[in-house]
Amino acid sequence: MSARVFIVDGSRTPFLKARNEPGPFSAADLAVMAGRALLARQSFRAEDLDEVILGCVIAAPDEANIARIVGLRLGTGPAVPAFTVQRNCASGLQAIASAFDRISSGRAHLILAGGTEAMSRAPIQWNIAMSRWLARFSRAKNVEQRLKSLTDFRLSHLKPVFSLLLGLSDPVVGLSMGQTAEIVAHRFAIGRLAQDSFALQSHQRLARVQEAGMLRNEIEPVYESNGTFHVEDDGVRPDTTLEKLAQLKPVFDRHYGTVTSGNSSQITDGAALLVLASETMVKRERLPVLGEILDHAWAGVDPAQMGLGPVHATAKLLTAHKLGIDDIAQVELNEAFSAQVLACQAAFASADYAREELGLAAPLGAIDPARLNPQGGAVALGHPVGATGARLVLHLARSLQTQPGALGLATLCIGGGQGGAMLVRAGGQL
Amino acid sequence: MTVNSWSLSESDGIAELVLDVPGRSHNVLSREVLAELDQVLATIEGRPLHGLIIRSAKPRSFIAGADVHEFRRILDAARAAELTRAGQLVLRRLNLLPYPTLALIQGPCLGGGLELALACSYRIASDSERTILGLPEVKLGIHPGFGGTVRLPALIGPLPALSLMLSGRTIAARQARKLGLVDECVPERHLLAAARARLKQVPPKGRPPWHQAWLAAPWLRPYVGAYMRRQLQARVDCGHYPAPCRLLGLWARQGSLEAEALSCAELVVTPASRHLVRLFELSEELKRSARTGSASPVRHIHVIGAGVMGADIAAWAAYKGFSVSLQDREPKALGLAVKRAHALFADKLRGRSAQAARDRLFADLKGDGLGGADLVIEAIIEDRDAKRGLLAEVERRVSEQTVIATNTSSIPLDDLAADLRLPGRLVGLHFFNPVAKMQLIEIIAGTSTADTALARARSFAVALDRLPIDVQSAPGFLVNRALMPYLLEAVVLAEEGVPLADIDQAAVAFGMPMGPIALADTVGLDICLSVAKTLSAALGLPVPNLLASKVSAGELGKKSGRGFYVYPIKSPFFTPKRPPPDPVISERLILRLLNEAVRCLRCGVVPDADIVDIGLVYGTGFAPFRGGPLGYAETLGASEIKSRLTELSARFGERFLPDESWSQENLFARRVLGP
Repeated sequence: MSARVFIVDGSRTPFLKARNEPGPFSAADLAVMAGRALLARQSFRAEDLDEVILGCVIAAPDEANIARIVGLRLGTGPAVPAFTVQRNCASGLQAIASAFDRISSGRAHLILAGGTEAMSRAPIQWNIAMSRWLARFSRAKNVEQRLKSLTDFRLSHLKPVFSLLLGLSDPVVGLSMGQTAEIVAHRFAIGRLAQDSFALQSHQRLARVQEAGMLRNEIEPVYESNGTFHVEDDGVRPDTTLEKLAQLKPVFDRHYGTVTSGNSSQITDGAALLVLASETMVKRERLPVLGEILDHAWAGVDPAQMGLGPVHATAKLLTAHKLGIDDIAQVELNEAFSAQVLACQAAFASADYAREELGLAAPLGAIDPARLNPQGGAVALGHPVGATGARLVLHLARSLQTQPGALGLATLCIGGGQGGAMLVRAGGQL
Repeated sequence: MTVNSWSLSESDGIAELVLDVPGRSHNVLSREVLAELDQVLATIEGRPLHGLIIRSAKPRSFIAGADVHEFRRILDAARAAELTRAGQLVLRRLNLLPYPTLALIQGPCLGGGLELALACSYRIASDSERTILGLPEVKLGIHPGFGGTVRLPALIGPLPALSLMLSGRTIAARQARKLGLVDECVPERHLLAAARARLKQVPPKGRPPWHQAWLAAPWLRPYVGAYMRRQLQARVDCGHYPAPCRLLGLWARQGSLEAEALSCAELVVTPASRHLVRLFELSEELKRSARTGSASPVRHIHVIGAGVMGADIAAWAAYKGFSVSLQDREPKALGLAVKRAHALFADKLRGRSAQAARDRLFADLKGDGLGGADLVIEAIIEDRDAKRGLLAEVERRVSEQTVIATNTSSIPLDDLAADLRLPGRLVGLHFFNPVAKMQLIEIIAGTSTADTALARARSFAVALDRLPIDVQSAPGFLVNRALMPYLLEAVVLAEEGVPLADIDQAAVAFGMPMGPIALADTVGLDICLSVAKTLSAALGLPVPNLLASKVSAGELGKKSGRGFYVYPIKSPFFTPKRPPPDPVISERLILRLLNEAVRCLRCGVVPDADIVDIGLVYGTGFAPFRGGPLGYAETLGASEIKSRLTELSARFGERFLPDESWSQENLFARRVLGP
């Protein structure tokens, strides 16, 4: 019998929109800042953790196994092991899933899990031709050889490799993530207006909860060395309108596409962390409980239509638990692209899709739009790829606090053609 | 004579001489230790060795210096010269051994310890943070006497050598490597291997770079010396502190070892040196006793209020290794606090250590760090009700063991403890501004404060590298109370029309680090006024009108751009060439301070006269070479002070009425200049 897994607490940094230059914080800094407040208010100490598990997609070169760096910087001491997971856009969700598995199998009782990403700091690298040339040059033993290797130098060697751009492309099918969104938009006939309307709604929903201060209990303010501070997600544009969104040009399929920077998620820096504990630990240490993680599921789809991943993962998860889509009080479906979310809705509703792609006799049905990302999503607050999954789970648990026992679902599409989904129950009935 | 401190071993033709002074945590070069070294050297002088390694068996230190305690017993210069010469001879013997010698340095290598290392052919230091090197003798009113003034300039060149010796500062191993003070700087694990390799290879000894060697040319020395003297005199008054000037003179005249010994011996018996040594020993004793208590350690501190004081306390504590949460309701205040703190870390630390310090400081908007704190320091506005409410709220959220501290400078502790369930846990931690510079912390006890809370507060202060002094909760505590009459007298003088520069010059000429008028402007006239009012109510201290009128006119001092002076000041307040001000000015200023200081002692605000001296020297910079206010009073004599005060009170009013203490026969049961 597997052990139950509880969410004790969680916090995140504000999500900081990348401003076309390296942002103020490294991925490790962000995770440390989210974790410091989180751990400070616990009744246990950082040394009492059993493990630290973080998701991160493009860590800086000096952040190998970033989870270990973050653990040590948070004061876990040397004895608490840590590992980093990478599942592209779902790395943060994978970290929590891994923690869930470790706890439910009885291998751990108290884990700090989550994700972090400083997309603005994704490294720019030398290309492979340059690396080869540098190697030849350093092997040169005398002046003659050195001069000879100098003549081999080509200007093309200086062409940099932008790891962020590569990270947001699928090398197998040769498409950027935006192009996969164009494909699913085309398949389900999601027009520009529908996409822009969805984006507008995301901004408006986030702006509303920001104004009401509803996110303050999940966000830890962060401070730069120059005294600048950030208390809220800064990608939101409360004053945007359909007209403004309509003016933006498509960025992926430049001539005839519909996916714009306005109806896509933003490039953003941020971190989100959760404390997960076994039932035994919760009882023994009398830990508070935000919610319970019930299960998670993963599915593979055509990489060219990776945006449909959530449909497949959700179908697996709900079927396994004999749940219908209406049993879920709130769904956090990551807004990688407005087109992709709307395509998922169409696929959820489609009897053909259910039969042919999911092997289900009847469709799950579209998610009630009022229950889908009710406080906005990545279009408004950004998608720091390693952190988003953890943010979705944290936000679900926090926003369902008023409905103990209610079920929540967090799901993401994953570059490379996958979907991940996690089922959460609010409150703590031991 | 048996050898207790040194042990000798030999392998592969290399002798290893290990120092372990019994019964002490640090090695010191006492007379006995040096005599033993002489004896050991005599036995190995003639042996056919390839080399000699000298190291310490203490894991934490090489040699911390000469035995300062011995200085106090030397009363005449002839005896001092004799002892210095004896030390020089031992090091000369080491210096002249027929095979290469090497000092292996880890931990502090200071004063006589460094001079011993300088007498070796080579020096290798561990790269740990604990390894520091320096010749801090000037801080005790003397200069190096075991050949340091000769050997250091010869090794690293005159400018860096003099800069080190004149400032008395210590440097880290890496910096010592850059200066050529040590030949190599290696991780601790390689120390012995590096030493043996060097003694096998015998590379040339260290020499200064050519341009430095050139500056030491005999015909150039007087000019370089004169240049440096001008630089020095801008910072140090040679009348008050003769040691640095003597040191410079020795170098400029190419002083011999003998000249060094004589000069050092003369300095040892000066009152300035004796006062400085006494204050040093007192401060060391204070730290030692605070450290040896059984107080359970503080790991996490929570500071409430990110004003300048709260922010600086938090930053300093994080710098010194504590985990710190700093709470404030305003993210803006926290942002500024983080900025100041990160600037401090960047200034003091490098790379990973700076990041670790940044990670230790948590800007805590929601108060998440409060529950886990071992010590909570309240540093919010100086308002009794606000503080009382906060402290009661704090107590509800912390564990039974948590010590709660207030940084109040004027509210009686008993008032603040009134609403607490466990009033014994409340102590006062009175820091001085700026926290990073001022070395003193007044540990304030209310009537119900528990000893355990005081002990933890003291050991916390020492862990911050600060001096804790015990003070009873009385208006103004010790430092502000004794200082205020001095500041107010300066304002009275200004009211009387005495030129401001004369007032400040009188104080500086006495030996204060800054004149009272400039000090008041720096502290802020509004703050001075509010402290003065608190004290005036409690002690019947008249507050001159000029102060209040300045404040109501918005002239608050440096921060508002105008106080007594107008800022920025274009020319210095005064120049040494000005005619000396009327001596009665300095007398009026200083005697009011002394009078209040002795009253604090009589009223039991502090346990003894030493604490008064330590408090005012480290809290206000009161002329250390005069031994602090009561050290100075003791050298003047109580009856002399009484008669001068009586005279002043006849001329200038009741505020000069001598305290009754001055009539006591044995006011000071100590002999500040004695052995």
